[in-house]
Amino acid sequence: MRKFKEFVIEKLILICGLASILFVVLIFLFLLKEGLAVFKTIAPFKFLFGKNWYPISEPAQLGILPLILGSLMVTLGAAIISIPIGVACAIYIAEIAPLKIKEILKAGIELLAAIPSVVLGFIGMVTLVPWVKSIFQLPTGLTALSGSIMLAFMAMPTIVSIAEDAFYSVPKNYKEGAFALGATHWQTIWRVMLPAASSGILAAVMLGIGRVIGETMAVMMITGNAAVLPHSILVPVRTLTATIAAEMGEAVVGSEHYFALFAIGIVLFIISFAINVTADLFLHKKR
Amino acid sequence: MRNPYRTQNIAFFFLFLATLLIVIPVGLIIVIIIQKGLPAINWQFISDIPRQGMRAGGILPAIIGTLYLVTGAIIFALPIGLLAAIYLSEYAKDNLLTRLIKLAIVNLAGVPSVVYGLFGLALFVVFLKFGASILAGLLTLGIMILPIIITTSREALESVPYSFREVSLSLGASRWQTIRHVVLPNALPGILTGTILGLGRAAGETAPILFTVAAFYLPRLPKSIFDQVMALPYHLYVISTQVPNVDEKVRYGTALVLLVLVLFMNLVAIIIRYQFRKKKKW
Repeated sequence: MRKFKEFVIEKLILICGLASILFVVLIFLFLLKEGLAVFKTIAPFKFLFGKNWYPISEPAQLGILPLILGSLMVTLGAAIISIPIGVACAIYIAEIAPLKIKEILKAGIELLAAIPSVVLGFIGMVTLVPWVKSIFQLPTGLTALSGSIMLAFMAMPTIVSIAEDAFYSVPKNYKEGAFALGATHWQTIWRVMLPAASSGILAAVMLGIGRVIGETMAVMMITGNAAVLPHSILVPVRTLTATIAAEMGEAVVGSEHYFALFAIGIVLFIISFAINVTADLFLHKKR
Repeated sequence: MRNPYRTQNIAFFFLFLATLLIVIPVGLIIVIIIQKGLPAINWQFISDIPRQGMRAGGILPAIIGTLYLVTGAIIFALPIGLLAAIYLSEYAKDNLLTRLIKLAIVNLAGVPSVVYGLFGLALFVVFLKFGASILAGLLTLGIMILPIIITTSREALESVPYSFREVSLSLGASRWQTIRHVVLPNALPGILTGTILGLGRAAGETAPILFTVAAFYLPRLPKSIFDQVMALPYHLYVISTQVPNVDEKVRYGTALVLLVLVLFMNLVAIIIRYQFRKKKKW
């Protein structure tokens, strides 16, 4: 009897172990099921590179290029801001900060990771957006730049914590060797630690960017949501994620618009899948 | 001659500056929300339904809705996540299947939250015909927090020294008995930490509940799991972007309640972890 009970439990454990695979497959299948239908009416090429997103006009124009460029612009801006600052912060925490300060800083970063994105979006709306508006003398502060700054901030916890781990995993004797040769602490960090931790830092950067591309609420609240081809970083843009979140509520289930939003979901899923698999490869390379 | 120590000082100064650039805004955000949100908080605000088109009254339905969703999500995700963690830490061999499972977990963690919303809409709301309901929302949230629970629980299980298991097995206990009576109790604080972090995440997410459960305005409490509910994060989104002329105070107050809820959970997790480290037997 006990043997039987244990047999059942162990099988249950195996099934739950496989659940993650099941859910990833299910997510992809259901995105495909609802999203591929849009390609009956529009060619994939025209969908990806069409310049007009007018989903409810007659006939609907479903080109997501403006949305892709919107995402790309916001992400690029966020990456330019967050990578140097994030990596620098990771170096400071891992190498320089005294133990007590280190604990406080790490708690601060964890705190940032815990703040819900809708709260950050709200704060961005009431603080960052007016600043951007007045500094650049714009008609509206809801711009790609505001989105980039906010997203850079939101990517920090990911970048800092993973890059920090990368520094810790550099073998201690690398550092001791450099010190023994008379290198200063900074020379050791710059010439020895940084190259040795590079694959982990790369993974940190990629996962940070993954976070940025997938971020929805904050972006929707502060980038202005204009689905037009952006010509500068100081105009409103609309990202892939914000489009889904903003329009799905109004799309009729089974309509072309509904299918198109799911097709955007497929694009996002594939992007995040590619980023995560590559980052995982980098993370495992160092071992 | 360049002085390497001066270079070092300059470099360290900039590293310090970068750190401040992150930490100071975090502090500012929290201070601003507390300062401007606190005046809005009174008994009516947390115990009354929204009134005058959400411009007055309280946010009780949103608080209750979020509590329902979070509780439901954890009831769904904890058993699956914990068993999956047990599988990975105690049973899995180093083979292709294990690699695949780990890859799937990494991917689940990376899927954008709005894509979870789409998935929940397609599977639970439309395909399984749950409609926009608490059930659809909690399942979507549950799947979303699964990777957090699995990863933290697995770390907790793996940190139990191998010798504990060997002793138990050598006394004639079976593999499951060893897990049940030796490994799990010792890993409990870590598992609890992961669970609470999952709760916090589920409470704060908006995108997954947008199309699966969240109601724009529903000034009553839900009666069954097939009802729609309001939820705090969505309510904050609604009153800060969709409803004109909402008093700043109401917005900040809602943000504060949400923030306190989420940070409180994180604080509890941190305390448990800290206590556990102090008492660790190995």
